[in-house]
Amino acid sequence: MLVLEHLWIILALPLLGAALNGLFGARWPKRWVDAVAVGSTGAAMLAALELWREFASLPAAQVPWVKSYFPWMVAGSFRADFALQVDQLAIVMLLVVTGVGWLIHIYATGYMAGQGGYYRFFAFLNLFMFFMLLLAMAANFSLLFVGWEGVGLCSYLLIGFYFLRQSAADAGKKAFIVNRIGDFGFLLAIFLIFRTFGTTDFGPVFTAVGQQPAENSFGVITAIALLLFAGAVGKSAQLPLYVWLPDAMEGPTPVSALIHAATMVAAGVYMVARCGDIFVHAPAAMTVVAVTGCLTAFYAATIGLVQTDIKRVLAYSTISQLGYMFLACGVGAFAMGIFHLMTHAFFKALLFLAAGSAIHALAGEQDLRRMGGLRAKIPWTYRTMLMGTLAIAGAPLFSGFFSKDAILWQAYASGHTALWLLALAAALLTAFYMFRLVFLAFHGAPRFEEHAVHLHESPPNMIAPLVVLAVLSVAGGWMAAPVLWGGPNYFEEYLAPVFTRAATVAPRLMPAGEQAHALELLMTGVAVAMAAVGFFVAWWFYIRQPQRPDKLAEQFRAPYTLLLNKYYVDELYGALFVRPLAWLSDQVLWQWADVKLIDGAVNGLAATARDLGGSLRRMQSGNTRSYAAWVILGAAAITTFVYLLVR
Amino acid sequence: MPASWYLALSAILFGLGVVGFVFKRNIITIFMSIELMLNAVNLALVAFSRQLGELQGQVFVFFVIVVAAAEAAVGLAIILLIARNRQSLNVEDVDLLKL
Amino acid sequence: MTLDAVLFFVFGGIAVAAAVALILLRHPIHSALALIVVMAALAVLYLLQGAEFVAAVQIIVYAGAIMVLFVFVIMLLNAAREERTNLSRAARYLGVPVAVLLTAELAYLVWHASSANPSQAAGRTDVTRPLALMLFRDFVFPFELTSIVILIAILGALVLARKEP
Repeated sequence: MLVLEHLWIILALPLLGAALNGLFGARWPKRWVDAVAVGSTGAAMLAALELWREFASLPAAQVPWVKSYFPWMVAGSFRADFALQVDQLAIVMLLVVTGVGWLIHIYATGYMAGQGGYYRFFAFLNLFMFFMLLLAMAANFSLLFVGWEGVGLCSYLLIGFYFLRQSAADAGKKAFIVNRIGDFGFLLAIFLIFRTFGTTDFGPVFTAVGQQPAENSFGVITAIALLLFAGAVGKSAQLPLYVWLPDAMEGPTPVSALIHAATMVAAGVYMVARCGDIFVHAPAAMTVVAVTGCLTAFYAATIGLVQTDIKRVLAYSTISQLGYMFLACGVGAFAMGIFHLMTHAFFKALLFLAAGSAIHALAGEQDLRRMGGLRAKIPWTYRTMLMGTLAIAGAPLFSGFFSKDAILWQAYASGHTALWLLALAAALLTAFYMFRLVFLAFHGAPRFEEHAVHLHESPPNMIAPLVVLAVLSVAGGWMAAPVLWGGPNYFEEYLAPVFTRAATVAPRLMPAGEQAHALELLMTGVAVAMAAVGFFVAWWFYIRQPQRPDKLAEQFRAPYTLLLNKYYVDELYGALFVRPLAWLSDQVLWQWADVKLIDGAVNGLAATARDLGGSLRRMQSGNTRSYAAWVILGAAAITTFVYLLVR
Repeated sequence: MPASWYLALSAILFGLGVVGFVFKRNIITIFMSIELMLNAVNLALVAFSRQLGELQGQVFVFFVIVVAAAEAAVGLAIILLIARNRQSLNVEDVDLLKL
Repeated sequence: MTLDAVLFFVFGGIAVAAAVALILLRHPIHSALALIVVMAALAVLYLLQGAEFVAAVQIIVYAGAIMVLFVFVIMLLNAAREERTNLSRAARYLGVPVAVLLTAELAYLVWHASSANPSQAAGRTDVTRPLALMLFRDFVFPFELTSIVILIAILGALVLARKEP
């Protein structure tokens, strides 16, 4: 029971790695930095695996397993301990984060080789692992928020890794500030939780919520749920706070893979799933979650259709897929949302890393219009990328197929037909733009100077993780395969104990039965057909008739420009929020409040003292007799005072 | 005579000393006004000593006289120096400590 | 009118008159002589109050030594007659009233203070002996200190007033 007793080991290992690399890495040779970074993450992964094994032998009554290590905040009636908890959901998150994280660490030793600040990169990456694991294992909202903020900090540090580039520094700031807006909502939610329940510990809060009926009007629980979701909207880049994620592509590709695809952005989904008990008691909030997720899924997919930067396409794809996860949570299928989180971690990390491999091969080129024909030159990158694309498009038997179809089925089965249709449309678009990416980058004739670029396949420490992730992208969903022939979804069953309480309250899904099963298979077929359509259109446009897309862009110039410019949302935010705030800060807070008021007061005090001194100085005239006169006057004044006292 | 008369006289002499201190221009005369003030205080001390029947008043007078002597010695030495340096005994010529 | 009262008013008057003369006379030597008269009158007043030791010390030390020192310095510096100048406006309108006010207040205060305690009978005839005992017993430390004070004064005066070598 080693790890179960000492859960903190899983946190301490990456933190130690971060500290060692941060403090000493600048003077270490590359292989030491690699050893510390990859080793600490690998050790954390081994600890997580061992925890999984130990957890499996725990009796059901002891789940969730909570260990409190020391009292952290004690103030009056408020108490928050440094307490870590383990249940099935946490296990899933731990395995995904440490596993995918470890693979990406290995990849990064190849990708980041030779770049300045190498040790700093791994220090920040390990620090991120620490905070993400803390977030996953926290047993109360306060500690979760620490992890929440911590990953936001690391995201800022890593997006702005190339901080000498203005666009990177700006992107880091944008990410942090937009996240801050969501975090404000999250913080308000925590305050409300404490005010309503007197504690921020998960156990007592969820028990207390469970004893109340579901709210049918706007009450405290709905408010809490909506504020929590606001935090998730910021962290997981949903409408309207998604704008930071495409800009976050300024960071190095391993960062985009780990933080902005596989793990950090999934923190919002994890949080909503963890608070499932709260959400199911607020049906209005659930609807908001589902609608937001679905709209985001479709909206982001439309933007992804026409983007020209390979990483931007993947960024909008991430936003879109996160929308699917929230859709699942919103209709009550929390386990399916987590399932998609896991499969998405596999294939999205794979896609990013493979894109990074292609970028690496082209010596930094990221524009799809200047790629092409890479299939023969970097075959392993191509094969693994293809696996990831098939997974995300929902090709049958790949991991994405099982998770995405489960979500679509739940949306339909719970009666949200409109959402189902929209999600289906998004699936079509997803298939289209992902295959567009593959065809543009890897097929056709090269659209770049072949002689200027030394095209080579990436080194083994970059290809190996790609292969592992490709295997996971293919097989990662097979635990849900029995659904096809009417069997159970093992993943859902594994997570069932976490969501039992929620399950009793949530509008539950159609009961199983032969008719329901047949309908489910039909729906699956529809979804696959959509994906096939998307694939076919992409093939038609980019393989058969490559000049078609440009002609279409000319014909539909206005919608094309609108999509290419991301609906001008950044410009809208700039005009609505950024410029007025900047004006306020500059003209009001700086010029008036700071310069005139505060500086005026302080300088005014000094000026007053100086003027007072100046006027008092005239007493020192050098004229002895005036001194004598002043002395006498003073004596007379005191005597008068005493006289009046005695009177 | 009751002590209060002596004390009134002491106050009058003190006031005259103040007037002399403020209005005269010769340094030595100013100094002498200070001595007049000290004498007035001595008178008051003796009067109080008599009224209260204690002898500490007179002891105090003793010390006042001693200090007055020391003060006069040093003060006149300074006046000597001023007269040598400024070539004048007018207190208005002693104005070099102007700010 | 007792002899006491007569002597008080006579010598008190002499003291006040001499003090006024000190202020009004223009030559410093005249002022010095007026101050000596004041001290002599005060010595008589001390005697009237039964403080014979103080009276003696006043004559010997104060009038006999300190004032002689003053006269020496006046003669040495060849102090001249003061010129009559008009008082400045501030002095005339502010200074004199303030001085009068100060005097009146002091008089009131000390009168008030002393009326509270009725005066004791001036019983003692033998003052010097108890005074000496008090000086050399209870106040021996300040007494020794005054000798150091005088030493410092002598040194100071010597250093200040000597001619530059």
